[in-house]
Amino acid sequence: MIVSEPTPITEDGVSAAVDAALAAVASATDSASLKQVRAEHTGERSTLARLNGELRNVAPDQKASLGKLVGQARGRVNQAVAAREQELVVEEENARLAAETVDVTAVATAYRPGARHPLTLLQERVSDVFVGMGWEIAEGPEVESEWFNFDALNFDADHPARAMQDTFFVDPVDSHLVLRTHTSPVQIRALLERELPVYVLAPGRTYRTDELDATHTPVFSQFEGLAVDKGLTMAHLRGTLEHAARTLFGDEAQIRLRPSYFPFTEPSAELDLWHPTFSGGARWIEWGGCGMVHPNLLRAAGIDPEVYSGFAFGMGLERTLMFRSDVQDMRDMVEGDIRFSQQFGMVV
Amino acid sequence: MRVPLSWLAEYVELSQGTTPEDVHAALVRVGLEEEEIHRTDLSGPIVVGEVLEFVEEPQKNGKTIRWCQVRVAPEGETAADGGESVHGIVCGASNFFVGDKVAVTLPGAVLPGPFPIAARKTYGHVSDGMIASSKELGLGDEHDGILRLTELGLADAPVGADVIALLGLDDSAVEINVTPDRGYAFSIRGVAREYAHATGAAFTDPAEAFDRPAAREGGYPVAIQDQAPIRGRVGASVFVARTVRGVDVSRATPQWMSSRLRLAGIRSISLPVDITNYVMLEMGQPIHGYDLATLRGQIVVRRAEPGERLTTLDGQDRALHSEDLLITDDSGPIGLAGVMGGATTEIGDGTRDILIEAARFDTVSIARTARRHKLPSEASKRFERGVDPNVASNAADRVAQLLVELAGGSVDEETTVIDDAETSGAITLPEGYVSGLVGFEADREETIAALREVGCVVDDSAADLAVTPPSWRPDITERADLAEEVARILGYDRIPALLPVAPPGRGLTAAQILRRRVADALAAWGATEVLAYPFVSAEQNALFGAPDGDTPEAVRVANPLDATVPFLRTSLLPGLLAIAGRNQSRGLTDLTIFESGTVFRPARGRSYGQRELPAGSARPTPEQLAKLQDGIPPQPRHVSVVALGNRLPKRVGESAVPAGLADVLAAVQVVALATGVRIDVTQGSHHAFHPGRTAALSVSGAPIGFAGELLPAVARSVDLPRTVAALELDLDAVIAAAPATVAASPIQVMPAATQDLSLVVANRVPAAAVLAAVREGAGELLEDVRLVDDYRGQGLEEGTKSLTFALRFRSGDHTLTAAEASAAKLAGSALAGSRFGATIRE
Repeated sequence: MIVSEPTPITEDGVSAAVDAALAAVASATDSASLKQVRAEHTGERSTLARLNGELRNVAPDQKASLGKLVGQARGRVNQAVAAREQELVVEEENARLAAETVDVTAVATAYRPGARHPLTLLQERVSDVFVGMGWEIAEGPEVESEWFNFDALNFDADHPARAMQDTFFVDPVDSHLVLRTHTSPVQIRALLERELPVYVLAPGRTYRTDELDATHTPVFSQFEGLAVDKGLTMAHLRGTLEHAARTLFGDEAQIRLRPSYFPFTEPSAELDLWHPTFSGGARWIEWGGCGMVHPNLLRAAGIDPEVYSGFAFGMGLERTLMFRSDVQDMRDMVEGDIRFSQQFGMVV
Repeated sequence: MRVPLSWLAEYVELSQGTTPEDVHAALVRVGLEEEEIHRTDLSGPIVVGEVLEFVEEPQKNGKTIRWCQVRVAPEGETAADGGESVHGIVCGASNFFVGDKVAVTLPGAVLPGPFPIAARKTYGHVSDGMIASSKELGLGDEHDGILRLTELGLADAPVGADVIALLGLDDSAVEINVTPDRGYAFSIRGVAREYAHATGAAFTDPAEAFDRPAAREGGYPVAIQDQAPIRGRVGASVFVARTVRGVDVSRATPQWMSSRLRLAGIRSISLPVDITNYVMLEMGQPIHGYDLATLRGQIVVRRAEPGERLTTLDGQDRALHSEDLLITDDSGPIGLAGVMGGATTEIGDGTRDILIEAARFDTVSIARTARRHKLPSEASKRFERGVDPNVASNAADRVAQLLVELAGGSVDEETTVIDDAETSGAITLPEGYVSGLVGFEADREETIAALREVGCVVDDSAADLAVTPPSWRPDITERADLAEEVARILGYDRIPALLPVAPPGRGLTAAQILRRRVADALAAWGATEVLAYPFVSAEQNALFGAPDGDTPEAVRVANPLDATVPFLRTSLLPGLLAIAGRNQSRGLTDLTIFESGTVFRPARGRSYGQRELPAGSARPTPEQLAKLQDGIPPQPRHVSVVALGNRLPKRVGESAVPAGLADVLAAVQVVALATGVRIDVTQGSHHAFHPGRTAALSVSGAPIGFAGELLPAVARSVDLPRTVAALELDLDAVIAAAPATVAASPIQVMPAATQDLSLVVANRVPAAAVLAAVREGAGELLEDVRLVDDYRGQGLEEGTKSLTFALRFRSGDHTLTAAEASAAKLAGSALAGSRFGATIRE
């Protein structure tokens, strides 16, 4: 144990110690130096601590006044250290934040752009339009029996209409399987499987033996609608198509029906679509085919055409995308160049 | 069908100045869709000239030209170009004589090309115009010299006359698309009627519009002996034959006729053949002409017998099928009925007497024969759609009349007429039916008027109409057909718009929603969706169709567009790899692409489809339906991802991150998240994949796919870099396992205790198995466990590894003590120890 000379407690001595401590605190420029200052001026070996220790030796009548003197002195120094510490924390945090500044336009992220294909997006969009009207989305196989693809749709085996569709046949040909030439077989499946009334949309992939060029592809997609209920007329057909056209293309879209022929509808119509902003100007564009479900088709599904009637329509999804998004070349849709899908991102 | 306007105007009133565009617009309203417009783009002056004299002048280039003096206007008159009545013209052809009438294009004329004509200096003369060839006038492809008007029977054309009018070069034709139900629109007669429907213009039926030669029975002997009718229908129901004798077949086809034929797209062949084609176009009745002298005995219409052959007009020797309907005589087959005639009885240069055949053959029989022999002729096209049974006689008479008029023969009064055509019965059209189908009010009067306009006979004595369709409309068989006729005559524009109210729907199915969610999630994660064709080669299917390298069963397309890829895909990967290659070749080297699509997976050892299909006319029985359904090969929907190049490119302060196994394993988790299905990943093997970097994927123990890096050799074989990561899984199977609902657990809020655990196990033990054991052993207090390190090397025995797991424990009802957490950790470690010999690494 170190025995030191007792130092008398004087006002001057305390004041000098306080002044020395405050000067040291003020001169501390960072947390580390402040820590040292704190040790020197408030620690066990500091002058003030020593003076505090001396209180044991003072006369009892002076204890109170000297105790107060030393206590206040220590309080002032501790307070100064704490205040300086707070200042330094703020300064240092500010300096750190300044040092952490980056160019937010050059930050490396882990993001990479993905995309949906616009055809599948559009297919979903079209489906939603009809789901919104209470319709359901029906599906069927792409390799299909000729019975569903042709026979049940009133395509007589020997009728020229059957040769009109350039069909991919499955080997062996007498298996009577084809790559479906349209989504119409799903209509028959829907009528056979579902309870009446039926309101379904059948979107999906279809196949015909067309060579790929700017306007044709052997693998394409359609969406086909079918409604069979009591009392349906061509007016309901027109109303439905008009609603779909306006939802998909905007309120200015108009539709037109022209007489035509399809084996599975009677009366039949070609559907034209008009829009003021089509590339090439406001004009009529052939959009699809439609008509009232042929009585023979209802019979093939076991439905009495005297009681029920229905309408059906079918449009090409590629064609719809072509004039909705001004796609000029069919090949862009089938080649899989990522730049094509990435133009659309998640929105069509 | 191409319709010359001058011809159309003969049978329906075309108002002054009607353009081809006007005719198209009218016809489209009644359902005949517009195609092209055909016209000869030339303008005059083009005049009839007479060659007065010429001098042959050999040239240095070896050619000999003729320097001609041609009279282009009557003597003393000014020529059409304002010049002299005789022009000096240089001509390179040598197929003409002094005195010939020719077509002279004078300066100012423009020939198709466009090729403007002007006086020009050539071969030492000023050629003041040009003597035209057929080709230059757009009349045909003949190259042999200039056109001599004599050859067109126009030797008497007056000098100076307008050639454009004379040759009908100012006519034009509209081409329309005839739908398969409207066979009658393959005739001027039908189109003129339709034009009248569209415009209200006056129509004259060509079948009634000429003086028919007298006829009486007893013509050439003909018998119809169909021993095997197809679908119960006799092959020929009408057969009319007339004989014309003493025709001069060498006479030129008159210009008006060849001009119309040309515009209609039919080549001029000889006068008699041109006449038969002309009448076919006019009335829609195919006609065949026989050289009477070559016929041997009675004509018999019958089916082919085994082994019979026939050489058709196109020179082809054809083996006949027992379904082929034939025209025969004592010599055997002389024609494929309704499709193409035979060579032996063809009209030729020496023909004097002609037998005209106007018959009606069964649609199905002709369609099958034409398809079987790949002979879609003008005749078969009409027969397979149905020919008006009432027009045969008129058409035969019209041919006879034209032959007499133009080729100078005489008609035998004796005529052969067989007519067994069924007459169509009346269709009952109940009151209100039409309005109930077309959706607008068509009153009784306008309904009757519309039906009569299209040629129906309407009995309106009762409330329900009895409607007999016209003979030229075999497509009208039921009331719905009548409704269409009424609607198109009254106009589809009268149909109002009404929105039907569907019963409340159930929205998208769960599977439809999850498929969308998977695609959206993969795209948001950073993959780009593409759509590939499903056509692949056997090799591509062998590579990816089965993990063990067995060639999978695949659907083969009988008539592929590209014979190198005749199969349907059993995997999505060949298509994605081809697309990856295409992007690479376009400089897009960092790729993560995906496809969600159908694959075709027939089962081994069974066949699909069926030889005989049920009739399409009635609902099949449940057994028939089940059989149809069973005959469809399985077509599950898969999802595949291919990643190559860099997952992330070099960025500021960061190096590039190469794509690899981790990407496709992440994609698996994206699919798992999107569907709510736990997909288990275990070490796997696939013959096209890296032996050590391939994961087998399963759901509840059932395999659903693979994720890994391709064998470098496989990547190389499709021109891709060494590292290509690929994933394929059966999306239908994943979705089938998706929970219908999710049951939530309460969130515990007591403080957590975290501890690490390092276990030493043999290298071959999968980390996931150790983790599962720790999880199971640690019990309910373990809230979360993750593998954070896999250490091998110093301090460890050879062949072992140290796996470090970070564990988080939590109790539901109190703050865990360190002792409780440690006890749970040791329990986990103990189970891993008993299962895999794992020891705690101190």
